[in-house]
Amino acid sequence: MSLRTTAAVAAGKLTRAGLRALGRGATALPGLVTLAVDPGAIAAMTAGLAHGAVLVSGTNGKTTTTRMLADVVRAAGWSPIHNRSGSNLDRGIAAALLAQADWTGAPHGDVAIFEVDEASVARVIGRIEPRVVLVTNLFRDQLDRYFEVDQLARRMASSFATLPETTMLVLNADDPIVARLGDDHRGPTVYFGIDDPSVGGRVAQSISDATHCPRCDRRLRYERVVLGHVGDWTCPGCGLTRPPRDVAAVEVELRRDRSWLRLAGAIASAVDPIEVPLPGLYNAYNALAAVAVARALDIGVPTAARAIAAFRPAFGRLETIEAEGRHLRIVLVKNPAGFNAAIGALLEQGGRHRLLAALNDRDADGRDVSWIWDADFEALVPAVEHAVVTGLRARDLALRFKYGGLARERMQVVDGWAAAIRCAIDLAPAGEEVVIVTTYTAMLALRDALARMGYVRQFWED
Amino acid sequence: MDLRICHLYPDLMCIYGDRGNVITLAQRARWRGIGVETRDLQAGETLDPEWADLYFFGGGQDQGQDVVSKDLRSANGNALRQAFAAGAAALSVCGGYQLLGHEYVPAEGPSIPGLGAMDVTTRAGKVRFVGNLLAAAPLGTLIGFENHSGYTYLGPQARALATVVVGHGNNGEDKTEGAVQGRLVGTYCHGSVLPKNPWLADMLLVWALERRHGGVQLEPLDDSEELAAQRSAAEVARARP
Repeated sequence: MSLRTTAAVAAGKLTRAGLRALGRGATALPGLVTLAVDPGAIAAMTAGLAHGAVLVSGTNGKTTTTRMLADVVRAAGWSPIHNRSGSNLDRGIAAALLAQADWTGAPHGDVAIFEVDEASVARVIGRIEPRVVLVTNLFRDQLDRYFEVDQLARRMASSFATLPETTMLVLNADDPIVARLGDDHRGPTVYFGIDDPSVGGRVAQSISDATHCPRCDRRLRYERVVLGHVGDWTCPGCGLTRPPRDVAAVEVELRRDRSWLRLAGAIASAVDPIEVPLPGLYNAYNALAAVAVARALDIGVPTAARAIAAFRPAFGRLETIEAEGRHLRIVLVKNPAGFNAAIGALLEQGGRHRLLAALNDRDADGRDVSWIWDADFEALVPAVEHAVVTGLRARDLALRFKYGGLARERMQVVDGWAAAIRCAIDLAPAGEEVVIVTTYTAMLALRDALARMGYVRQFWED
Repeated sequence: MDLRICHLYPDLMCIYGDRGNVITLAQRARWRGIGVETRDLQAGETLDPEWADLYFFGGGQDQGQDVVSKDLRSANGNALRQAFAAGAAALSVCGGYQLLGHEYVPAEGPSIPGLGAMDVTTRAGKVRFVGNLLAAAPLGTLIGFENHSGYTYLGPQARALATVVVGHGNNGEDKTEGAVQGRLVGTYCHGSVLPKNPWLADMLLVWALERRHGGVQLEPLDDSEELAAQRSAAEVARARP
């Protein structure tokens, strides 16, 4: 470790100690300090890891997949360091490294698994030489910050072209934008996808970022659409189609709270189906991505399957909190595709739901709240018993519910986090569930309010 | 009474929640007992200039704009010009607005021709304008979120839709935002624009219904939620442009 890195680590560690003494989370600022002192700190601190570093990026599924992977490598007997709290810009990664390293900067682990914000991938790749890079999917998300999906994909592809031959890419074959990201990569690529013909519909969903061929601009033809533009696609013009799946789910069985995947493919056949203890097709994709990365790291399918079956969800993702006999379930949403996936899971569950819906427009949420108009509230509203609406942009959200057809008497706009939680609890009979659908910074504020009300611990104590 | 809406190139030109405008137009008509039919026009299909009362043309990504620009140079471009000449109304946002104008002049390379239905010209700017956009129009406040690097300049036949209060609008220089020419409206406001600016939605509905139903008086709606959202978004724009 150079003198500069050692100084950077010390500066970051001191910042972290100070913040924690003040009772703060310290998930980003210490990293910012460290990178300011030594921009090469991430590379220096990860260079000695025996099993290398894995970067996980994409619009949806990063956090869940990263945590699944951490469990998978633990099951293989490795010791992972990873960024836990959804703080996934380069400063968050540096902060996570600091928290899991000694004062000389040597990490307490032998493999790094970092969730990386899709707009930060190019910058992080400049700071680290990863062993594996996973991209889960690319949907429109926070367009004020990331701009358009095409542009984002171009930027990612050109950063992948600079990766060494030893880096393995793991890409979603079912996403036509993601499937092409490795075209200029010099090393190997592993593709994963769902090959069960019973999964998905024939009609393209209303939000779609890739209905046209990335190579020749012709309209893509879909045999099946799973979510948005993800599915079984072919270009009738130039014949571009899904790359062969090295890891494929040939049978997917979806239940109310979990699913089973039967695997096939060049590097991941298994006799027994993998149990994914989380609801929804999007979590089946997350598990599939985790298996593909495990294979890229030479970890066997049975080991990965065992870890996935025992998996518990991440902070703010499908987490349940008990409050006065009501079950508060937090569902983090941040873009139309994620919102539609959450809606799909609620509709599969059946019945009418009581919601606490929170919309913020801070940088981490996306300052442009237009995206709520791309989300399929029209499908959600018939399954809503009541919605308490809150957040910095509560009135935009209330308007979306109104135009989605929700009757006025089924909705209440409440300012103030604690007041909104109070109202949602009071409106739900004891024993009932309240689904908290929230953007990122609104979730932090709601968690904070729940902690003050005595229902949950501060999240960085998890 | 019934209303026919044509959504132009929804899979290519419908970014940043622009779909909300079609939802809003349809709901505000239905709430008044007016039947609504919406049809999509995809690139390569044939546009029937007789059918629609109102066209919606949203923003798109680069690839989308190229495909659409080509389609507008086919017979569909003439059909659309014919529809506008015969009194159809249109709302265009961002990329759609640019394509209704004369041309888009990129930083390098040949200019991309537009439909020329509005007397506006757009050229690529150096700085991308991203942020809340608040403007004042004769009929009410205009609030939205802009995200564009094209700078648009109005010719003598177009007039500004609104005057910029916070943000950049057409070009960041002359304080104009959007354009109106006959029954055609262009704006840089995403948001979506119509839900929080109900006066604009109703102005377009009246123009559209007039094409086949003569002079139309719309029943007033209870817009308290719309105006509450407009006020709170305007506060956000002033506090955090």
